[in-house]
Amino acid sequence: MNTKKPLVSINNVVKHFDISGGLLDQLSFKGGKIRYEKTTVKAVNDISLFVNRGETLSVVGESGCGKSTLARVIMGLYPPNSGQVLYDGQRIDNLSHNQWLPFRKKMQMIFQDPYASLNPRKTVRQTLEEPLRFHNPRLTSTQVNDKIAEVVEQVGVDPVWITRYPHEFSGGQRQRISIARGLILDPEFIVADEPVSALDVSIQAQILNLLMELAEKRNLTYLFITHDLSVVNHISTRVAVLYLGTLCELACAHDLFCEPRHPYTRALISAIPKVGEKKAKHIRLKGEVPTPVFLPRGCVFHGRCVYANDRCTREVPELMELSNGGFVACHAVEENRSME
Amino acid sequence: MSHLLEVRDLEVKFALRSGDITAIDGIDFTLDQGERLGIVGESGAGKSVTGFSIINLISKPGFISRGSIYFEGNKISDYSDSQMRTIRGNRISMIFQDPMMTLNPVFTIGFQMIETLRAHKKISKSDARAIALEKLKKVQIPSPEERLDQYPHELSGGMRQRIIIAISLLVNPAIIIADEPTTALDVTIQAEIMDLLQQLCETEKMGLILITHDLGVVSQVTEKIAVMYAGKIIEFGPTDQVVHSPVHPYTTGLIGSIPGSTAPGEKLLQIPGMMPTLSNIPEGCAFNPRCDLCEPICTRKTPPLEKKQNGTMAACHIKD
Ligand SMILES: Nc1ncnc2c1ncn2[C@@H]1O[C@H](COP(=O)(O)OP(=O)(O)OP(=O)(O)O)[C@@H](O)[C@H]1O
Ligand SMILES: Nc1ncnc2c1ncn2[C@@H]1O[C@H](COP(=O)(O)OP(=O)(O)OP(=O)(O)O)[C@@H](O)[C@H]1O
Ligand code: SF4
Ligand SMILES: [Mg+2]
Ligand SMILES: [Mg+2]
Repeated sequence: MNTKKPLVSINNVVKHFDISGGLLDQLSFKGGKIRYEKTTVKAVNDISLFVNRGETLSVVGESGCGKSTLARVIMGLYPPNSGQVLYDGQRIDNLSHNQWLPFRKKMQMIFQDPYASLNPRKTVRQTLEEPLRFHNPRLTSTQVNDKIAEVVEQVGVDPVWITRYPHEFSGGQRQRISIARGLILDPEFIVADEPVSALDVSIQAQILNLLMELAEKRNLTYLFITHDLSVVNHISTRVAVLYLGTLCELACAHDLFCEPRHPYTRALISAIPKVGEKKAKHIRLKGEVPTPVFLPRGCVFHGRCVYANDRCTREVPELMELSNGGFVACHAVEENRSME
Repeated sequence: MSHLLEVRDLEVKFALRSGDITAIDGIDFTLDQGERLGIVGESGAGKSVTGFSIINLISKPGFISRGSIYFEGNKISDYSDSQMRTIRGNRISMIFQDPMMTLNPVFTIGFQMIETLRAHKKISKSDARAIALEKLKKVQIPSPEERLDQYPHELSGGMRQRIIIAISLLVNPAIIIADEPTTALDVTIQAEIMDLLQQLCETEKMGLILITHDLGVVSQVTEKIAVMYAGKIIEFGPTDQVVHSPVHPYTTGLIGSIPGSTAPGEKLLQIPGMMPTLSNIPEGCAFNPRCDLCEPICTRKTPPLEKKQNGTMAACHIKD
């Protein structure tokens, strides 16, 4: 497979949420018998992938397909129901709080809504200083100040502003501050969950440029979550496409955009509205998105797929490696069914 | 000569405790039958306020402080509330980002559609139901018959937005104002809704005002574009022109900032700084602090929106 050792790999990760509520809600009366029923959201179903050192791996897919859940499992915020998460070859999904600490420094997360993720009662300075002192108790005050100044400068926030509170900043500036917080411990790996989705295009461009520049300067590895495919095409090394908690395709960005293989990826790429292109003919999907509570049998996409046949309704397609190094999980691709 | 809709020198203010702020600062545009106009710009530019003011739905401290709006030759900006109600939701419909702003969660889709119809027309329930069904078919909802008996929460976001469009079609509107109708939806569904709106404009000869911050969407659906910045239209013209050869430095920057405009991995064109808040709009051209081409005149005099060499209208002292 790949010769380089990946920085992060996840193997057969499953994450389900029990949403059945209290015991009484779980009891139902059917056919003269009281039954005990659990309702689970099957957010992530048997996903395996790896992130190479220095690359930007983007995770895309429609709302609710499990992108954030996957990110949170990787970051140790949710324990997986089964499967493993490895960081630099070491298993991290089963660590105790204390065992996690060294990984906290190396792995950081940036969120979509910087306002919700920044503490409104802390100044920028406090927001940056606390994790720094906590993880590096031996730093002198001068060292702390230097570090804060360095990071603040790198993300393009005026150093005179560090005594201010989050509400005094615009959305773009707040996102810079949360990036600064993500960088303060000199991480190697950053999970960015929709970091530019709440921003206007002109501000989005500033933040994307910043993230790309930082990746180069600091040799960062990103797991980048977004539903905006033009952003994905711009910043990614490789792209993973999820549908209903399942990985359907993973390929290098160029291949995925020029020659998408999975029927879902093909529909997704064809639907991107491009500036200056008149009325693109997009591929129409049939049916409705099923809920992750009742997953379809066979291929999770079969109800919406125009290439589906009987096999697709019965058998789950395995992820297979293609000659270009990409991966796809689709019977039609495997069997070379015609997709005109 | 007369247009379906004509907005002239519209100014909208908000009376705040700290004083009045001008949210819309003298804008002009027109819309003809079957025409599709896009209004684009960053958050706070005044897109929604423009849409709301057409149907006189500006919320409380806001008011139209100058200018006029004509619809089918009538000056609707002078209309009383009750006169406006004969236009709003009838001749001019509005679609919002959140379909639940229009749908009532406690009634079935069918009930809401039938009531809407019967509020506008004297017809029997069964006739109304037949029309409702016909409109649901028109927006290509799968199993329309069943949908009539469903509640809004039983439908997906994309389906709800289709229902809203179907409801607005009940009364054969002349204009649909759609304010970010697909922002909350996934791309595949967005593409379908946009197709639908465009198709309806063609078959029903409806005018469309599409408000969005997504230039990609606008460039695929509309024939002309108004680009707004800090309460003003700073560029206006045929969509192709504006998208392929923008005149105003802000429009140029906006298009350049879109990831698709630059080769993957390259630095994106970025506009420095951010849009000013309304209480703090700079003298002269509101864009001047962010503009590369800024000359002394730009900080003194407000550039008028005027015809430029390529035929589009733009408000810039330097570019022509
Ligand atoms: N803590 C939770 N408890 C119960 N269900 C959850 C929880 N978190 C996520 N889910 C469900 O899991 C599924 C996947 O959610 P997730 O947030 O991972 O999607 P996403 O791809 O990030 O979507 P979006 O693009 O909307 O952010 C959804 O159906 C969601 O409702
Ligand atoms: N009720 C209000 N009170 C005070 N100011 C308001 C009010 N409603 C809108 N404004 C101001 O009017 C300006 C224009 O707002 P508008 O909602 O039209 O922006 P927009 O272009 O639609 O932005 P977005 O893309 O965020 O929807 C904004 O600066 C906003 O702060
Ligand atoms: S496996 Fe079958 S249903 Fe699934 S995407 Fe491929 S062809 Fe379509
Ligand atoms: Mg998410
Ligand atoms: Mg708005």
